[in-house]
Amino acid sequence: MIRTLLALAVVATTAAGAAAAVPREPTFSVAVSLKEAVEELGRRFMAGHPGVVLRYNFGSSGELQKQIEAGAPIDLFLSAAERQMDELERRGLMVAGSRRVFARNVLVAVKPLDSPLDLAKPADLLDARVRRVVVGNPKTVPAGQYAEQSLRALGIWDRLTGRLVYAENVRQALEYVARGEVDAGFVYASDLAARPGRVKEAFRPGADTYPPITYPVALLTGAREPALAEEFIRLLLSPEGQAVLTRFGFQPPAAAR
Amino acid sequence: MSGETLSALSLSLRVAVLATAINAAVGIPLAYALARRRFRGRAVVDLLVTLPLVLPPTVTGYYLIVLLGRRGWLGAPLYDATGWTIAFTWYAAVVAATVMALPLLVRTARAAIESVDRDLEKAAYTLGRSEWRTALEVTLPLARNGILAGLVLAFARALGEFGATLMLAGNIPGRTTTVPLAIYTAVQTGESGAALALVGILTALSCVVLVAAGRLGARAT
Repeated sequence: MIRTLLALAVVATTAAGAAAAVPREPTFSVAVSLKEAVEELGRRFMAGHPGVVLRYNFGSSGELQKQIEAGAPIDLFLSAAERQMDELERRGLMVAGSRRVFARNVLVAVKPLDSPLDLAKPADLLDARVRRVVVGNPKTVPAGQYAEQSLRALGIWDRLTGRLVYAENVRQALEYVARGEVDAGFVYASDLAARPGRVKEAFRPGADTYPPITYPVALLTGAREPALAEEFIRLLLSPEGQAVLTRFGFQPPAAAR
Repeated sequence: MSGETLSALSLSLRVAVLATAINAAVGIPLAYALARRRFRGRAVVDLLVTLPLVLPPTVTGYYLIVLLGRRGWLGAPLYDATGWTIAFTWYAAVVAATVMALPLLVRTARAAIESVDRDLEKAAYTLGRSEWRTALEVTLPLARNGILAGLVLAFARALGEFGATLMLAGNIPGRTTTVPLAIYTAVQTGESGAALALVGILTALSCVVLVAAGRLGARAT
């Protein structure tokens, strides 16, 4: 019995080793708001590149930035904000000149599908029946940083602090709203498009209350598959890539808001 | 030390103390019942109490959300009746820590109670003591060190709880950010000074707890 198990284990590890040795596996750190769009583009990319398996590391841009600073073996970083990319550039972890903006996004306030509350404008969040509002943790989550900037510009951030709940990334914020754990939350327009029917749009804060939400991509100095990563950047910027991003609720980089 | 570090520390201590107190109130009778009583559903109770020890904390956290969330089995009626929900409050951190720590107390205390000489209990019965008084005056005092060791372990577990707490209580600075969550955020945001201070404090506390548990355990045998 034990001998059989040992034999099986040996066979399994050898098989796994052999399988892992064949494909090339570039690893991309991807802001979680891009998840579905990048997975779709990745499928197309892999279809055109036999023997290439893309590996994704999804998370909040701030979290991904820290992992890269700590030496994570990543080829490409797709961030939901410029700030995290600036920091990597300052530390010399980014290949100079490889940085491109490939998409834009818009901030949306959402509420649960069965919410009885009429939240049509930011001030409605101050209604006493709105007990909890989720935003991404502004320390690491760009969607939370934009939400904070917008709510500060609107003059209601300080009056909301007692009701705020922080999520570790924007999809967790969406999930809290979808599950009805909170009464409202701030996510991207693209999150609504990627997960239709999970939550209802409440309102869109004015575009003048927060900076433009641009998504930069850059090749990292630690890249082990730089050629493939650069090809993926070209796919992102190509008409095909832009069409997929538009389908998932993103706006083209040059478009006015 | 910054305000956020201090508030995390004081929250963690409050959560751990309260969770340990609840553990004592629930866990010691439970350990006694599992050790000395034969009742229907005993195996199921044993399984349920022990599960959090082997399940990933995120799974336990998920069950707690399903149970206590605003739309949860218990959470929904509570919310409908009172407009209050436990999720994202510091009570949620207490609940998570309590559930995660319970198996450590129950298993340790149960073993200690089972090792008490039954002849001593029988002697108490023949002297006319009820089971209730025998448990309080004979069994539990004899198992005292094992029970205390279990409480110390439960306290340490409650102090260090991360996964289930994050899921049920969230990570809200000043309200539900316990020391382990503060360490996580500090590392994520590159505040290595704050992370180091908290890591040091938690390590020192855990060492004290382990030494205390070790001494109690040694005296118990």
